[in-house]
Amino acid sequence: MPIKVLMPALSPTMTEGNLAKWHKAEGDTVESGDVIAEIETDKATMEVEAVDEGVLGKILVPAGTENVKVNALIAVLLEDGENDNDMDAMLKQEATPAAPPQPTKPTEKKTMAVQPTKQANEGSRVYASPLAKRIAADQGINLSNIQGSGPKGRIVKADVANASGGGAVSAATSISAAQPVGDQKVNEWGMVYTETPNNNIKKITAQRLQESKSTVPHFYLTIECRIDDLIRTRTLSNEQADGEYKLSINDFILKACANALKAYPAANVAWTDDAVRQYVHADISVAVSTPNGLMTPIVKQAELKGLKEISAEIKDLAGRAREGKLKPQEFQGGTFSLSNLGMYGIKEFGAIINPPQACILAVGAGEQKPYVSKDSGGSEVKIGTFMTCTLSVDHRAVDGAVGAEYLQVLKTYIENPAAMLL
Amino acid sequence: MTETNFDVIIIGGGPGGYVAAIRAAQLGMKTCVVEANHLGGICLNWGCIPTKALLRSSEIHHLLNHASDFGFTVKEFSFDIKKVVERSRGVAKQLSGGIGHLLKKNKVTVFDGFGKLEGSTKEGGKVSVTKDKKPVASLTGKHIIIATGARARVIPGMEPDGKQIWTYKEAMVPTEMPKSILVVGSGAIGIEFASFYRNMGAEVTVVEMMDRVMPVEDAEISDFAQKQFKKQGMNIITGAKTSKIEKSAKNVTVHVEKGGKTEKITVEKVIMAVGIVANTEDIGLENVKGVKLDRGHIVTDGYMKTGEAGVYAIGDACGAPWLAHKASHEGVICIEKIAGEKDVHPINKTNIPGCTYCMPQVASVGLTEAAAKEAGHKLKVGRFPFMANGKAIALGEPEGMVKTIWDEKTGELLGAHMVGAEVTELIQGYVVGKTAELVEADYMHTIFPHPTLSEMMHESVLDAYGKVIHF
Repeated sequence: MPIKVLMPALSPTMTEGNLAKWHKAEGDTVESGDVIAEIETDKATMEVEAVDEGVLGKILVPAGTENVKVNALIAVLLEDGENDNDMDAMLKQEATPAAPPQPTKPTEKKTMAVQPTKQANEGSRVYASPLAKRIAADQGINLSNIQGSGPKGRIVKADVANASGGGAVSAATSISAAQPVGDQKVNEWGMVYTETPNNNIKKITAQRLQESKSTVPHFYLTIECRIDDLIRTRTLSNEQADGEYKLSINDFILKACANALKAYPAANVAWTDDAVRQYVHADISVAVSTPNGLMTPIVKQAELKGLKEISAEIKDLAGRAREGKLKPQEFQGGTFSLSNLGMYGIKEFGAIINPPQACILAVGAGEQKPYVSKDSGGSEVKIGTFMTCTLSVDHRAVDGAVGAEYLQVLKTYIENPAAMLL
Repeated sequence: MTETNFDVIIIGGGPGGYVAAIRAAQLGMKTCVVEANHLGGICLNWGCIPTKALLRSSEIHHLLNHASDFGFTVKEFSFDIKKVVERSRGVAKQLSGGIGHLLKKNKVTVFDGFGKLEGSTKEGGKVSVTKDKKPVASLTGKHIIIATGARARVIPGMEPDGKQIWTYKEAMVPTEMPKSILVVGSGAIGIEFASFYRNMGAEVTVVEMMDRVMPVEDAEISDFAQKQFKKQGMNIITGAKTSKIEKSAKNVTVHVEKGGKTEKITVEKVIMAVGIVANTEDIGLENVKGVKLDRGHIVTDGYMKTGEAGVYAIGDACGAPWLAHKASHEGVICIEKIAGEKDVHPINKTNIPGCTYCMPQVASVGLTEAAAKEAGHKLKVGRFPFMANGKAIALGEPEGMVKTIWDEKTGELLGAHMVGAEVTELIQGYVVGKTAELVEADYMHTIFPHPTLSEMMHESVLDAYGKVIHF
């Protein structure tokens, strides 16, 4: 029997998506691993790879179709020796779902598993004339960076020519001198500006942040941690790594957050109207700035992972986030967020909660300052490195005292990293 | 008392001026049109429209001559040229009246008289209106649009006299059918009259200075049309010029020079159709110093602004191509820019179609094959003949061609050129595509209705890429 190609689910919650593009035409030979199509959800575009091999017999859902249900039949793959008749027979059978099953005959029907491989966070659809698209593709120009001057902002040939530095395409207009140049615009008060259309990531981030800040009752708790021991431990660990890994301060803080959540689970929660959800694992979202906008890849079950593993995972996730290659399940969800602006010298800040999570920790820069040490029995002034952490809390799920106690536990782990080994 | 203060004053009520006026009124501007002769201008009164009425008569005459091809036995028929002209005038009158109603409906004030610029400041300008040299009104307006059109060019020594030497105007209202005619110039105007008089039975000679008729068209299309004209019995002399005209009581003898030899051709009438000149005299341009002329035409930018603030020019007055639809479009651009509308763009002149209603008709848009090559494009060229199209054969119109020119690299439609029955109605299919920047694939994927002449437009695209079906 021919192999059915079904609409894949790109994430556990996806119910439908858009079939953006077919990379194979009917009659093309498909090898296992070939990219056969592109699927688009509101957040990402993913390539779909073939698992089986054969000849693409028929495309049932054309490119550009929106809202295709997950598991809908989108194409048929013919195996060696099969022809259109086999396919027609199968499609006929497919079209009559009411037909009784035939238990006596072992079914050979195979369903081709398709797996999402890659995504390009290219944002929303770009409107361009066919000619503009052709020229842009030829010259390797990304249309999403071009401001269109045609009807309803459509990108036309002249816009592409402008973007490629003119010259390439001669615009045969009249003697006009007063044409607008480039994509600069002027507002009603005479301020000159350019516009970058919002991609889907930006739109969704904006929507979620606004929702969070306007519907989640935030409060903020700030605590100062001395990180001399943490720095020392990090230096020692990295010296022993022999180049195999290189732990960052942030890796330690993430580990401390996870362990503190395990030790004090009352902060690892989410508010819903009916109940407060208590998470079992510490799945920590890490805020990563990318060219396409803010992404929050997740280090899952971080309380069970060692520093080396966490470090490698963050490096991989952040790298792929910047390239726009995260899979939805790698950034959707999480139980607690971590945002660190210490590397920019920010002393402290309050972050916006990433719903439905209840807590986000904002980490500032470490700075040296004098403090009163009681280590040697008496009081003496020493110099220490301090870091300010601010926890933003959803008051519906976490009360002030609970948040404060969590921070105390966190502080213990940060100030005494050896405790994380216990 | 009549209002004399306007947002927009438009001098000239032709296809540029009246369209601009309606658009201005739509956008809420207080608008007036100053028109010295007829609303609708030359186009409607002495150009496009009445000639189409005449050509329809000549087409019917042609069909009657070939009635037996369609199974008719027509034993006797004749025409009365006065009635043919009468119909043509009636059509023009009907439409001119229609323009009057449109302007009234849009609350545009119309001044019957000759408009003249009396000066301009940044706040606006003054226009005087006179009728038979008597003052009618003195107007002030924030924006003044010159839409005064053009008239036939005159060659010294061959000045039209309205009796034996005609311009388009006399040629349009003959009181009797001339037996022989010589047309000087084979542009759209010349060749349309040549076609009309030939199909009505006159002996017609066309003298063209360039090496082919309709020299602005693609060479292949010109050649094709020229062969058809010759087949119809037209005498065509290209690469020649008329050096002298001698008039006698009943005839005119035209000296035609070609290759150093002079041929004397004696005819009843001569039609001078050697281009046009803009009407820029006597309209007070001396009072607005910022308005500059280049070879008789007013210089404007892409939004029709002249060098004088608040003064604009549209249509024939500001240069080629001398086409009504170009004037109308310029009027709309000009007004929308004044009103600060969004999405206003200068005309891309390669997207202006041209139509000639000779028999066979000629229509085109964009670059000719020669011009496209000269511009450095690598080309794909498609051709499809009428004789391979079912509808054309059924109509009894198997002579013609659809030629398309594509940029090999980008698939841009650089030009489309057609000759044959009804091509003037077909060309817009390419104009829309060219304006929307469609590429060859879009045309290939478009389903053209069967059976129509338009299928040839599809086939021509397919031919350019080696996929033609019916040829």
